[in-house]
Amino acid sequence: MNYSEKVMDHFTNPRNVGEIPDADGVGEVGNAKCGDIMKMYLKIDGNTITDVKFKTFGCGAAIATSSMATEMIKGKTIEEALQLTNKAVMEALDGLPPVKVHCSVLAEEAVKAALTDYYTRQGVDAKLIVGEIPDCSECHAHD
Amino acid sequence: MEKRLIYADHAATTAVSDEVLKEMLPYFQENFGNPSSIYAKGRENERAIMNARQRIAKCLNADPKEIFFTAGGSESDNWAIKGTADRLAQKGKKHIITSVFEHHAVLHTCEFLEKHGFEVTYLPVSPEGIVSPDDVEKAIREDTALVTIMFANNEIGTIQPIAEIGEICRKHHVLFHTDAVQAIGNVPVDVQKQNIDMLSLSGHKFHAPKGVGVLYVKKGIILPNLIHGGGQESGKRAGTENVPGIIGLAKALELATANIPEKIQKLTPLRDKLIDGILTIEQTRLNGSRTQRLCGNVNISIVGIEGESLLLMLDNYGIQASSGSACTSGSLDPSHVLLSLGLVHEVAHGSLRLSFGEELTEEDVNYILAVLPEIVSRLRAMSPMWEKLKKENIKLV
Repeated sequence: MNYSEKVMDHFTNPRNVGEIPDADGVGEVGNAKCGDIMKMYLKIDGNTITDVKFKTFGCGAAIATSSMATEMIKGKTIEEALQLTNKAVMEALDGLPPVKVHCSVLAEEAVKAALTDYYTRQGVDAKLIVGEIPDCSECHAHD
Repeated sequence: MEKRLIYADHAATTAVSDEVLKEMLPYFQENFGNPSSIYAKGRENERAIMNARQRIAKCLNADPKEIFFTAGGSESDNWAIKGTADRLAQKGKKHIITSVFEHHAVLHTCEFLEKHGFEVTYLPVSPEGIVSPDDVEKAIREDTALVTIMFANNEIGTIQPIAEIGEICRKHHVLFHTDAVQAIGNVPVDVQKQNIDMLSLSGHKFHAPKGVGVLYVKKGIILPNLIHGGGQESGKRAGTENVPGIIGLAKALELATANIPEKIQKLTPLRDKLIDGILTIEQTRLNGSRTQRLCGNVNISIVGIEGESLLLMLDNYGIQASSGSACTSGSLDPSHVLLSLGLVHEVAHGSLRLSFGEELTEEDVNYILAVLPEIVSRLRAMSPMWEKLKKENIKLV
């Protein structure tokens, strides 16, 4: 299965690339050994995600899912962002090849990691709100 | 800058050339007969195959009786290795020597045999991507049935000391097979001078069609029949011959082997200009020996970016290439060839293979050198890995 036109569009013209120097929450998931790292920056005002930027090291799908995930949470409330699933990101991109599904999982986790950081900075136990984010080393792909 | 279209993936496959196609065309319609039929149309095709076999044998300095047609390189590799293993196991020889960076057609065949009671020694390669003949000699045992080492590596293009390894095998009375799929048309191949007992080649790598290959088997070596049925290929591989493919392969091999020194002379300086140009980008490395290398192969690791996204960007600029990254291999690990050189995963993920044919021009090289640094900067600018490396001043290569 090849990439959809939407994936290619988000890969070629990724939205919200960059960093936010005074971000309220920053999350990084994945690792270089596996070939993908996603880093997401959030600016949060009250309960609203007012700005979001990302940086990604990875394949076409990794870049496209990061880009799509940022679009899907920008301007949304934290509650809405927490409900973002990898499936929704995939659907918004008109699907992904089966071997690339893990990229959409990373995109979901990047959002959650950034929100975890946001809550931690507020002195709130993020686990209760965001839940656990599986560690990359827990992925048994390299066993 | 005007966009150019550059096919830089000759190691993957090549187009059927006009001359080859012209020679094949009559065998699709006018001369469609079955070579096994008794009437003139059939006999004509039998003669055409005989003639192709002679022409192919001549290109390899072999005897026509030593040429067997197959469906391609993987089939030839499977037949040579499993066939030899089967025969020699009966004499108690159940050990095979190969290298860690062979093509999967060899590696997975050896792994299959391990499950069936064979022992396989996977020789390491040098950081330059060369198998040491000394290592081969040291690994040979009383019960060694076969040594199988590729002629040239498909990813990094390194040329192996085949004649020397062949000589060592002769000395120890061990059979020697080589997968020469990438070497044909790029390096002179002479089965007698290079002490080769069995050799695999595949048509589509040198402008013949896909689905046709050859296994050369030296006289006196008897492999078990691969496909049981009719009497084609001396009864060893039954099935009506792929007549157009065989005719095409013969023509393509003649063309590919006719002007190897000229090709090397033309491509080497272009290849080296490209390598030198790419290496001016910070944190890049050439994978594999620069000198013991196919004239059309460039394999570079670019730290901080991932191979697949690089390929997609290059494609947007009209450059078609390949990578040893995990993403393009369809698995989670990067290329076993790059890892065998001692590269860490992070560096192997950012690899780029450009493989060229004779049509490569100086303008193509200049275009790639103009486009690539731009793409690398763009991908590095969005790479958190690159950001981290720069911040902490870490150099991976």
